[in-house]
Amino acid sequence: MLEKALKGNGTYWAWMFLLLGIMGVGGICYIVQYNYGLGATGMSRDVTWGIYISQFTFLVGVAAGGLMLVLPYYLHHYKDFGRITILGEFMAIAAVIMCLLFIMADLGQPLRALNVVFHPTPNSMLFYDMIVLNGYLFLNVICGWAVLHAEYKGVKYSNWVKPLIYLSIPWAISIHTVTAYLYCGLPGRHFWLTAVLAPRFLASAFAAGPALLLIIALVMKQTTKFDVGRVAQNKLVTIIGYAAIVNFFLLGCEVFVGYYSNIPGHMHTLDYLYFGLADHHTGEVFNNLVPFMRASVVMGLAGIALLFYSRKVQSDAQLAVACVLIFTSFWIDKGLGLVLGGFVPTPLEHITEYYPTAVELGITAGIWATGGFILTILYKVAISVKLENEKTA
Amino acid sequence: MDSTRRKFLKIAGLSAVAGIGAPAGLNMLMNKNVQAAGGHGDAAPAAHGGGHGEAPTGKRYGMVIDTVKFHERPGLAEKAIKACHSYHNVPDFGNNKDEIKWLWNERFANAFPDKSHYKKDDDLNSNQFLVLCNHCDNPPCVRACPTKATFKNKDGIVMMDFHRCIGCRFCMAACPYGARSFNWRDPRGEKDGRPFIKETNKLFPTRMRGVVEKCNFCSWRLAQGKEPLCVEACGGTGAMVFGDLNDPHSEVSQVLRTRFTIQRKPTLGTKPSVFYII
Repeated sequence: MLEKALKGNGTYWAWMFLLLGIMGVGGICYIVQYNYGLGATGMSRDVTWGIYISQFTFLVGVAAGGLMLVLPYYLHHYKDFGRITILGEFMAIAAVIMCLLFIMADLGQPLRALNVVFHPTPNSMLFYDMIVLNGYLFLNVICGWAVLHAEYKGVKYSNWVKPLIYLSIPWAISIHTVTAYLYCGLPGRHFWLTAVLAPRFLASAFAAGPALLLIIALVMKQTTKFDVGRVAQNKLVTIIGYAAIVNFFLLGCEVFVGYYSNIPGHMHTLDYLYFGLADHHTGEVFNNLVPFMRASVVMGLAGIALLFYSRKVQSDAQLAVACVLIFTSFWIDKGLGLVLGGFVPTPLEHITEYYPTAVELGITAGIWATGGFILTILYKVAISVKLENEKTA
Repeated sequence: MDSTRRKFLKIAGLSAVAGIGAPAGLNMLMNKNVQAAGGHGDAAPAAHGGGHGEAPTGKRYGMVIDTVKFHERPGLAEKAIKACHSYHNVPDFGNNKDEIKWLWNERFANAFPDKSHYKKDDDLNSNQFLVLCNHCDNPPCVRACPTKATFKNKDGIVMMDFHRCIGCRFCMAACPYGARSFNWRDPRGEKDGRPFIKETNKLFPTRMRGVVEKCNFCSWRLAQGKEPLCVEACGGTGAMVFGDLNDPHSEVSQVLRTRFTIQRKPTLGTKPSVFYII
């Protein structure tokens, strides 16, 4: 089945080599970081997690977002998702692999990573994160591949796959819940210490994941013969739209709790992210994330409006723009603000800002390219099988 | 028929997973927490619905910092810091980004952010306050560590295993006191011919890059019957008093019984072992 990825037109190969090139640059940057230490990044004693862990957090959401395609199809027998469920599963595979790569890139002693397995520590949320992420990867590889392979052979998939598919549904929720628990169980980090963190993670994931999928689907509609179909497209609009609205509702709850309670710890990071935060002693204002976070809110809200409008006028172009807006909005919100904001101010109420270095950005781009590479291969295989089947049918 | 059977299996399967998984996981979590409460291993019966608070058995090392005595003696805090950092081969990179520190000075508003208010007296505003790892009775860093590279000794000291640490820095996110430092680069290296560790002390290991480190209450000296280096550097001033908090006859217990002391961020439930006289 994998041989289908070896046949493609010029654009396909150009795209793959572009990704390989970026992966190569990322690899070289990683060698630099590996030889120097994590000091090659912009992280510091005060901001100890940077863009790697924030990408990881966001991508766990993208992986979990696949649930929004699997659940309607397998649990509610929503037949119109028949053509795209596999895309959700394969997107989860690529996203989880990126997550694992980002964690490896972030470790100070990557060669010791297996200590997490050798010395299992059930009181650490990272231990559970290791289990749920790897478990989710295997579930999606097995289910996705088994179902597609059956389709390739022109038969129905075996019965043993079914329980694994059902298991993958709560498992998707678990990956993002545990990832939220990494943050929201830490005393002294007020911004993360909120019970709505896991629900908000899930809401933004269920919008961002399907949004990315829809963007890819629309691109494929232009470049291949593969069309997810109007009905499925419209259903996805509903899912993305409501999930995005729930996310903003929960963000609003955070803002209310922070500012109405007037408790400084609850306001500091929100101040820092949306308005800028002044140092106690010097009065200097720190606000390097403010333009991004404000843009995130505007793009998100505009995206939601455009999303529903595009369905009304049945415009693919507007739908694509809406999805890009929502995806970017949530990428900024979770892939930048959430993790970086949590470190400002520090537990000692100092303010240190973080700027990623070129090496760090190179590694980040390399990992995204790796994800894109894996995703392209998987999607190439999937749609080749689907199109072939439809031809013979 | 078929669809009801499928429905039944679905529900049965899910409940089985939840039923088997959840209590087992919860149990492990509870047990580990109690273990993490450590020197407080005595707290185990309490967690199971038994006793009240801590039983006074077992060692639990702690410290009282008399900040008044430090402010009366300028330079004393710096002396204590130097004694600690030079013995423990704490590197100096000459910048804030890579900084490593075990014991250092902070302003009151930073050391005690939740005790800050508008009308502080001049001393509070101008003086510096020594801060270090609190060796919490209920340390969030130990809870967070995925490899047990940071763990709690029976004597209450929160320790680091530099050889097991994978450098994930989860403990640094978890510590509410900013007590932990990371080796962002090789501490054994040098810049422009100036080594980061001025003079390497062969009696204590240097670290490699990519691991976390912090104050260890000089546990290796305690084993030799000596006091921590910072306490020793303060001489007989009584600016730092160290000892077993669970021994009612120890000097530190006597100070705690007779003087009003505060802890850093006690509301977080970490139960710090370092107390301050302000």
